[in-house]
Amino acid sequence: MRAGDTNETMSAAAATAAPATAPDDWHLDLRGDGRRREEAIARLHGLLLRAARFEVSRRRASLPRLTGGDLDELAQEAADDAAMSVLRRLDDFRGESRFTTWAYKFALLEAAVKVRRRAWRDRELTLEPETWSQLEHPAPSPAATAERGALLAAIQEGIRTALTPRQRQVLVALALNGVPIDVLAERLGSNRNALYKTLHDARRRLRAHLEATGFTGGRR
Amino acid sequence: MTTDPDLDLTLLRLLGPGEPEVDCDECFELLDRYVDLELADEPAEEILPGVRAHLAGCPACAEEHESLRALVELDHLS
Ligand SMILES: [Zn+2]
Repeated sequence: MRAGDTNETMSAAAATAAPATAPDDWHLDLRGDGRRREEAIARLHGLLLRAARFEVSRRRASLPRLTGGDLDELAQEAADDAAMSVLRRLDDFRGESRFTTWAYKFALLEAAVKVRRRAWRDRELTLEPETWSQLEHPAPSPAATAERGALLAAIQEGIRTALTPRQRQVLVALALNGVPIDVLAERLGSNRNALYKTLHDARRRLRAHLEATGFTGGRR
Repeated sequence: MTTDPDLDLTLLRLLGPGEPEVDCDECFELLDRYVDLELADEPAEEILPGVRAHLAGCPACAEEHESLRALVELDHLS
């Protein structure tokens, strides 16, 4: 499904209407057939494209080398993918939120994932756990240095001794090296939810290690 | 947590929110309701417990939450 002139027009119309008060039930036509369904799909695509463009424009600083055309292509692809998800999952919408809010989230997710992956496409990921750059920058005061030193030493020990290799790899990449979770998922052939579970387990073990060492909530 | 905001952020990233939280899939499922509740000044966290903690621990879901909230707010303005 490619956005053509019709969708552009629908998008402009949707943007100028007052969505907060406009009737929100046109989406029922997505389940119908014929011309009404086509119109509803065009309207849906316009809405998703608007959301995808919104997200891409919010994140454009992370893609300095892309032209306006490249960015819009990214938004179009996100809107197309989101439209497929929305149409596939119409039964999941039970009217507990506004339909637009529900539909927007698919476009924002698709666009955000695409932007993150594009921004990191040509960057090499260091998946070696021995990169402690974020734990080494200097502290502002001597008191803070002591506090920080003891805590950071305990954390480093915890990362080294209390985690499985996989937990260590995921925690270091996500929490210390700032690798976006969707980028790591792509490189490791995994998905966001599975990696977050690994991260969650790693965090729990690290917390337990700190508590066993005498720290609670990051304090001795 | 400490007297150093940089260290606090590093600690949050390393240790997570340290309270019960939903996972990324559950967060996505609930995100539209959560945002609509927030913007209606309803107690979103009471109604959908665990979302706020997840947003504190997961930068990707947090970015998508911020965007959804901002976009819906923009609709409310127009
Ligand atoms: Zn998440």
